[in-house]
Amino acid sequence: MTDIFGIPIQALFGQLLLGLVNGSFYAMLSLGLAVIFGLLNVINFAHGALYMLGAFVAWMGLSYFGLNYWIMLVLAPLIVGAFGILIEKLLLKHLYKLDHLYGLLLTFGLTLLIEGLFRSFYGVSGQPYPTPDALRGATNLGFMILPNYRGWVVAASVVVCLATWFVIERTRLGALLRAGTENPKLVESFGVNVPRMITLTYGFGVALAGFAGVLAAPVLQISPLMGSNLIIVVFAVVVIGGMGSILGAIVTGLGLGVIEGLTKVFWPEASSTVVFIIMAIVLLIRPAGLFGKEK
Amino acid sequence: MKLHTITAALAMAGLGFAGATVHAQGISDDVIRVGFITDMSGVYSDIDGKAGLEAVRMAIEDAGGAINGKKIEVVSADHQNKADVASARVREWFDEQKVDVIIAGTNSSTSLAMAGVAAEKKKPFMAIGAGASDLTNAQCSPYTVHYAYDTVALARGTGSAVVKDGGKSWFFLTADYAFGHALERDTIAVVKAAGGEVKGQVRAPLGASDFSSFLLQAQASKAQILGLANAGGDTINSIKAANEFGVTKTMKMAGLLVFINDVHALGLQATQGMYLTDGWYWDQSDASRAWSKKFEAKVGRKPSMLQAGDYSALSFYLNAVKATGTDDGDTVMKWMKSNKVNDFFAQGGYVREDGRMIHDMYLMQVKTPAESKGPWDYYKVVATLPGDEVYTKLSESTCKLVKK
Repeated sequence: MTDIFGIPIQALFGQLLLGLVNGSFYAMLSLGLAVIFGLLNVINFAHGALYMLGAFVAWMGLSYFGLNYWIMLVLAPLIVGAFGILIEKLLLKHLYKLDHLYGLLLTFGLTLLIEGLFRSFYGVSGQPYPTPDALRGATNLGFMILPNYRGWVVAASVVVCLATWFVIERTRLGALLRAGTENPKLVESFGVNVPRMITLTYGFGVALAGFAGVLAAPVLQISPLMGSNLIIVVFAVVVIGGMGSILGAIVTGLGLGVIEGLTKVFWPEASSTVVFIIMAIVLLIRPAGLFGKEK
Repeated sequence: MKLHTITAALAMAGLGFAGATVHAQGISDDVIRVGFITDMSGVYSDIDGKAGLEAVRMAIEDAGGAINGKKIEVVSADHQNKADVASARVREWFDEQKVDVIIAGTNSSTSLAMAGVAAEKKKPFMAIGAGASDLTNAQCSPYTVHYAYDTVALARGTGSAVVKDGGKSWFFLTADYAFGHALERDTIAVVKAAGGEVKGQVRAPLGASDFSSFLLQAQASKAQILGLANAGGDTINSIKAANEFGVTKTMKMAGLLVFINDVHALGLQATQGMYLTDGWYWDQSDASRAWSKKFEAKVGRKPSMLQAGDYSALSFYLNAVKATGTDDGDTVMKWMKSNKVNDFFAQGGYVREDGRMIHDMYLMQVKTPAESKGPWDYYKVVATLPGDEVYTKLSESTCKLVKK
């Protein structure tokens, strides 16, 4: 067997693949953040809590109403998205004229509220969620045993990410969205309802977080803390990719997942810090991030 | 500037006051103040946390809320698993709030830091949730009582049972901080002494979001036994991923510190057959069942070893205060080191000169879903491990207080 730095090459492939699975979650979450920041200029700190909410809604659907995974995969993002629209309409809307910091503080407060509420009801040990029947079992890839569900996570997130990128960068709707944030007055004069467009965008970004939450439910223990464990890394991903850059969020999300996966092999103790080391280096060399534009 | 002067003046006044009361007998400033500090919001908050605070309150209530007419009060804090937060908070408690005893919850790094502060202030420090055996060895203090369990007892309990059962080669998945390192070190010693071998280890950051990568490394080692030298949410997520990746087909898991809450969260399907060592189980005796019933009525779930330990340790301390008529640290410590613990938590338990509370531990095996009669009926007691054998022996101790 060939070795690389003392690690068998087959084991390395396995770790790369796992990195990709984790990267898929980073990509989906940072994508939502990037869309929201790019179009609304809001730093949505509540993203982690809404991801957790997605997972919990899926769990509630199953345990209280007997709704299976596939139904909740569609329903939970809609519910979380609707909740997001409520937040935008009632709270965030009033902060657009103020500094970014206020949006960040508001969403941070929301995070504490949502997480605290779930913690007091469900504790931190969390709830188990069964893997859907169709995706149970594992496939032997030769170099590793890949649980089918993890393969599905990568596939689903790549499709969702690419579709989002396509809609925003390549369609007329996306063009309107981007124009609406550049110059809302002008776009409004063409008869477009810009505030509604912004509300729906926030709802969509948040729904992405909910979707990621449902995808994560069978993989992780569903716990009120699952979002806060992840959100800081996801913010680092967004900063590295370039605030507001959609393609940047997707590529760096997957890329950092892989880098983190490799760190877990070569220097496991550093695996929770490596993303931030990269962030520091990137900020020194390219302050706007890898894919960001200097303003 | 003005604020600084006032603070400085207050600090001076505080120092003078503390200096004057150190050797005074009786209850200092007429209140017995208990400080309870633990992880109340993070990965360890279910095994102790707010329910642990409830156990502390129950102990005060059962002591009648006062001793010789002096009120017992409790202050509590969340140290967020940060050693600096913990030591700063207890320092403030001792200096400003006149706290007389610390009941310390989960996380060894925080307890090691706080034990130093308590020693400096000459106040009893009851470590319940922390596992690191360093508390009564290299870093022992005349004011520390390590009450519920420690990494040596866990290692000797689970480690030797598993090796005896044929599990000779081990791979460790270790939480990367004081507790994990201590548990790994102590278990490796037991495994090697019993003729087993260690194929390797991987140290995962506390609260890592995904353990699958570490588990693949464990699987690649071809060891028979996967030793989980972690706790709480980390244990839960590692067991979950081990099942998912089929690691459990080729390796047996040995949970070196598994709490009943973890088993409850994972379900028996994923945990059945696993060996673990525990210092206390709610269903072990009539007295335990009776206390657990009261506890459950308050918080809605059965108590863990730590929550029972919080109650028992504080009750033991309050007995000491009652018997000696003072909350003076030295006097109380002397009483606790010369009297026995006899309650639902431990029978004939005693505190040694190194601060270790010696009591029997239990080797458990998790029941199969068919064996369990319902929620919280999870363990079979496989063996009672006598305290004198399972904890560090005085002859092995590296504590400077042990005279050899």
